[in-house]
Amino acid sequence: MHFNLADQYHHRESIVHGLNPRVKVLGVVLYIFAVGLLPEGEWLGFLLYFLFLIISYQLSGLEFFFVLRRSLIALPFLLAAFAIPFTTPGDEWMKLPIIGWTITETGAIRFASIVIRAWLAVQAAVVLISTTRIPDLFWSLSALGMPSILVSTINFMYRYLFVLADEVLRMLRARSARSPRLPHKPKPPVLWEGRVAGSMVGSLFIRSIERSERVYSAMLSRGFDGRVLVKRKFKMKQTDWIIMVAVIAFVFMSQGLIHLR
Amino acid sequence: MHHTIEVLNLRFTYPDGRIALHKIDFVIAPGEKAALVGPNGAGKSTLILHLNGILMGEGEVKVCGLSLAKENLGQARASVGLVFQDPDDQLFSMSVFDDVAFGPMYMGLSMDEVRLRVEKALEAVGMEGFEGRVSHHLSGGEKKRIAIATVLAMEPEILVLDEPTAGLDPRSRRRLINLLKELPMTMLVSTHDIPMVAELFPRMITIDEGRIVGDGPTKEYLQDQAFLVGHGLETAVPW
Repeated sequence: MHFNLADQYHHRESIVHGLNPRVKVLGVVLYIFAVGLLPEGEWLGFLLYFLFLIISYQLSGLEFFFVLRRSLIALPFLLAAFAIPFTTPGDEWMKLPIIGWTITETGAIRFASIVIRAWLAVQAAVVLISTTRIPDLFWSLSALGMPSILVSTINFMYRYLFVLADEVLRMLRARSARSPRLPHKPKPPVLWEGRVAGSMVGSLFIRSIERSERVYSAMLSRGFDGRVLVKRKFKMKQTDWIIMVAVIAFVFMSQGLIHLR
Repeated sequence: MHHTIEVLNLRFTYPDGRIALHKIDFVIAPGEKAALVGPNGAGKSTLILHLNGILMGEGEVKVCGLSLAKENLGQARASVGLVFQDPDDQLFSMSVFDDVAFGPMYMGLSMDEVRLRVEKALEAVGMEGFEGRVSHHLSGGEKKRIAIATVLAMEPEILVLDEPTAGLDPRSRRRLINLLKELPMTMLVSTHDIPMVAELFPRMITIDEGRIVGDGPTKEYLQDQAFLVGHGLETAVPW
């Protein structure tokens, strides 16, 4: 078994799939900034940005529920905002039954706004990674001027994440295979199990370092000299410019309207 | 034509003081195909890493008549294609194309030339059309062939492979052996696959505990049962 995150939507064809990945990366970054700048409780603004996303689903042939499911990945991070409805000062809006904590109105609005902003931003990112092949995504990061050392670090991380995950999977499997449980016998002490888990992490670390040395040798063998070479891959086409301008115009006009109102 | 490998009085000590190679001496002639055999831990992989200067021991290593030194490593690496044992170490890029193009890119070839080289290399290993695939999703045999293509794309004069048939199923192994048979380069292949040695390599260099203990015609050594058993190479064929 392999860990596999290959996306079922990567190989489809649509306007969005065919866009220059640089345009998509820039557009999504701009969109996320703009969503972050929307004021609290600006429900119409949120709706407008949500409509923008819906249009991008339409153009890219993604299904709404697919993106919705994927966007749930960011849910745990919202825990960071969990305290806001209770701690923001303001008029009492409601009291939680049983525990008796009070939620303030400003707190509730602030919390809802943070949740919506985060959710919109994540959906935009999901559209980006669902319609862009990973190598192209990394290419566009370096084409946009991200330092090549960073891009290659992310690149290697992504490439070997799966190899490592496979290794972890094999180690876990080997452990379960040697973890029999007999009826009426006590389980091994928790501390001992903890030590085993700890040494598994340690050996994974050592294996990773050894692998990195072998990978580096393989790179040297093929002439690597410290420079990271970036190939020219995509040219800007007419549609790329049109979409680029459209996204910039949407972001600036909507922000202007909302903030000047 | 000067595609030789010359190893003269090579010694190598690991950083922890363990001696890996004692006084290794051999010469491989242009176009010759030789096997490097020996038990695990004998020093085969260590020796192989000296052939393009990844490791530098005492003594002299010459490839294509060029004595390896810091200044000419780039040139040496272009002429010696080294295929590592674990293709996951060799295939470090996001796509097959990027991997096969890696060597040619560093050789400073034009993009068109690089593309041509990739196409030729993939064709040579029978993996045409795999350019866009992600290495992680390939099977073991496919990975191995792509790993060889990454080196063929540099059009090296010498090919050095570390246990190419390890972990392959019989069909993938057979394909690989046929591929190695067709390739015209000077070749040094480290392996435990004695039937492959018998089929492909007229010359067999045996190392054990960091020393060369046998170097000569494969046929003679394979008939010397005492020698094979003594160096952990016996291959019982019970069927």
